[in-house]
Amino acid sequence: MKHMMKSGVAALALAFGANAAAAEGELVLYHWFEYIPQELLDKFTEETGITVTMDTYDSNESMLASLKAGGIGTYDVSVPGDYMVSIMAGEGMLDTIADGELKNKGNIAPDWADPSFDPGRQSSIPYQWGSTSFAVNRDAYDGDIQTTDILFNPPAELQGRINMLDSQGEVMAMAALHMGIPQCSTDREQLKALNAMLQEAKQHWASFNSDTAKEVLVSGDAAVGQIYDGFSAKAREEGANVEYAYPTQGYIAWMDNVVLLKDAPNRDNALIFMDFLLEPENIAAVTNFAQYNAGLNGVESFLDPALAAQPEKNPHANAGPGVFIEVCSEEVQSVYDQIWTNLKK
Amino acid sequence: MANKQFDIKSYPGFKGITLLCLVILYAPLVVVTVYSFNASQSLTNWEGVSLRWYSDVFTGPESGKFKTAAKNSFIIAIIAATTATTIATLAATGMVRGGKFRFRTVSFGLISLPLMVPEIVLAVATLIFFNSIGFERGLLTILLAHIAFCIPFAYLPISARMQGIEDSYEQAALDLYATKRQAFTKILLPLMMPGIISGFLLAFIVSLDDFIITNFVKGAGVETLPTAIFGSVKQGIKPNIMAISTMLLSVSIVMVTISYFVSKSDNTK
Amino acid sequence: MAAGAASGGSATTDTYKEARTWLLLPAWVTLSILVLAPVLMMLIYSFLTKEFRGGVIWEFSLAAYDQFFFDRGLFGDEPPKIEWTYITIFWRSIWQAAAATLLSLAIGFPTAYFIATRSENMRPVWVFLITIPYWVNLLIRTVSMKFLLRDQGPLNDFLMNIGLIDSPLHIVNTNFAVQLGLFYSYLPFMVLPIYAAVERYNFALSEAAADLYASKWTTLRRILLPAVKPGVFAGCILVFVPSMGSFLAPDLLGGAKNFMIGSLIEEQFKGNAGNWPFGAAASMVLLTMVLIILMFSARQQAKADKAGG
Repeated sequence: MKHMMKSGVAALALAFGANAAAAEGELVLYHWFEYIPQELLDKFTEETGITVTMDTYDSNESMLASLKAGGIGTYDVSVPGDYMVSIMAGEGMLDTIADGELKNKGNIAPDWADPSFDPGRQSSIPYQWGSTSFAVNRDAYDGDIQTTDILFNPPAELQGRINMLDSQGEVMAMAALHMGIPQCSTDREQLKALNAMLQEAKQHWASFNSDTAKEVLVSGDAAVGQIYDGFSAKAREEGANVEYAYPTQGYIAWMDNVVLLKDAPNRDNALIFMDFLLEPENIAAVTNFAQYNAGLNGVESFLDPALAAQPEKNPHANAGPGVFIEVCSEEVQSVYDQIWTNLKK
Repeated sequence: MANKQFDIKSYPGFKGITLLCLVILYAPLVVVTVYSFNASQSLTNWEGVSLRWYSDVFTGPESGKFKTAAKNSFIIAIIAATTATTIATLAATGMVRGGKFRFRTVSFGLISLPLMVPEIVLAVATLIFFNSIGFERGLLTILLAHIAFCIPFAYLPISARMQGIEDSYEQAALDLYATKRQAFTKILLPLMMPGIISGFLLAFIVSLDDFIITNFVKGAGVETLPTAIFGSVKQGIKPNIMAISTMLLSVSIVMVTISYFVSKSDNTK
Repeated sequence: MAAGAASGGSATTDTYKEARTWLLLPAWVTLSILVLAPVLMMLIYSFLTKEFRGGVIWEFSLAAYDQFFFDRGLFGDEPPKIEWTYITIFWRSIWQAAAATLLSLAIGFPTAYFIATRSENMRPVWVFLITIPYWVNLLIRTVSMKFLLRDQGPLNDFLMNIGLIDSPLHIVNTNFAVQLGLFYSYLPFMVLPIYAAVERYNFALSEAAADLYASKWTTLRRILLPAVKPGVFAGCILVFVPSMGSFLAPDLLGGAKNFMIGSLIEEQFKGNAGNWPFGAAASMVLLTMVLIILMFSARQQAKADKAGG
């Protein structure tokens, strides 16, 4: 039996010893879980003959941790969120795309062509964008929900029935909007007030949960949930009487981007893939799948018409500004960590 | 069974607690099974009976992914649990039947180490370690990591069992000129079987269910069931996961039933 | 120590003394390379300077341990006080894990005993019955468990229907739910080792005790328990120790409003903080603590054995 085991291990090593490196006609994609339809990858392979190997992650931070621990040089492209693009650029993890290397670059919508997190789109192209705020169950509360008070200073009906995302970035950014202070403020009084406000608000929260953010709304376990716009739409489609809020104080905007990683083993194929995703028809397939928004010109005709009409996609007239989560300096980040630990100690 | 014997063995309430235990263990699985037949996309709303999620598992766009993931998971779990159980059995013999020796405490500490280190730490550390020695990530890295952290789960039941076995049986065999090897394989091992099976099963379910370490040490494109499943969870749990789970359950229940009848017919011979 | 702590009349013996090194070698080698080496690396990391957003700078620093034990205020410039935050988190994890272990023992011991006293060909079936649920992914099981326990869930409906309670029991997002999550994650790890030990138990001993007019429960306490103690001990380790670092199931059921050690450490490697040295230091504190608890209980067990003869 021992002998069998040994040869079994050897066979495994031969059969599966991951061979992610630069074989011709390959592309190694490091992507979020469930964020690209398999059909689209098949189409890409069909059109170009390039086979795609995909590895997945569950958060921007875990992707960063894995790349830091030695993943650079394994993958060609990954799909970080806005703030993570600037962090990765700062870490020297991104390769620069020279002018003319992407023939479809002109398809990028003007709004997204020169974002603050990657000026001039040197290493990235838009993937999907959307917003994060919160949804309220209208059976539980019929008052005004277009205010961050719902999360941080909730009316009596909603107290103890609030689910927050278990994510420091989203909670802190929303809290800053609520208090009307800049994100990553260095002002001590403001930071102290932020700390105190969160301590106070926590008493009214039932849970921190990202994995089942949608389920708790559908099941009615939570009457308010901090949530992404696409998730809120899905909760509504599943029968929950929830309304997605665009608070007057503002909401969080986010954009995921396809980036070219440094030391990509298949750099040319990565560029072909990015050009592929810059075709309106292809990126529209992602949008129809994930129910967010594309950042290209000319996608409208390929989109599911029901998508554009969703209330989650159409901020009302009094909605505050959509702001990206900012990247804090090391000093402020360590205060933020302290506040977050205080909140959950 | 003799009436007196039965009396001595049975304690009032123990049967009730065992049934309670089974109810606790299986109640969530009833939910899983029921919702795998839900026509709706949702996990919490019931919209009628349908087999759509089962067909989705086999014909949906991700069917290939789940098939490979299931295959990987089982290959890894079987090899890892077998190897870990073998290593643990040998180690337990050394520890329990090896007399007093200096490194015994250290050895026990080493064997329990995978239990004590939080998974995420072991995950990051193992990844850095594999990278620093230039070991390419793939199924093999997952397998090695699983073997290592399965060892204590196999070791503890085995050594607990061995401590309950007096060595008089082996001594008797040795007195009758059996070799040490024979005493080990012919006497000790059969007596150890319930401990070994327990250890193997624990190692098996630990390996089958591991997400954190696997997700870090796996190579690009290699998926196991937990990593494939967690993906879907991030986008909201879809009933196709429930369908996969239900099928896994059915497979395991069929296996148990078969093994039950096989052992029964063995005994009645 | 613990593993060797003898009981039930069988101390460690030296039948395979000469082969000892060879028997232990596979375990030593595997664990040294695959676990000890990475852990030692983490030990070194805990004494290095943190690199912002993950990673380390190779300069010696005690900052990680300082952060763990001393509170220097929100901005890190006040005179140091003792830091209670992390001690609180550790203490909470310890008692949650202990409660879960007791709960597992209370349910697991009778179950294991019951299984071990079934007929020989039914035992494997029962053992499988206990482990089969664990073929289904932990997350899926836990989400379903949460569904059952909800305020408007089937359990509360059932209890109200039979008239046992008037208003729903509020279980989800409580401390009890955390313990339930841990209990549910590790139950077979209690049952199987105890089963393996009881299965070996010689019931003639119980009969002898009964002949001497010992009551059943006295027999259980004085004869059976000491004989199967290694199994109970192994089960408790297998539930308690992993529970200390676990967070997935308890967070999902308990609402994650308070850090468990596991989630605190996870946050250092995968969250915004990216403070690897601090994560490593917290792991080392955890490791030390678990080692102390293990050694202490092993010593207690050895003492009890000597005293009990």
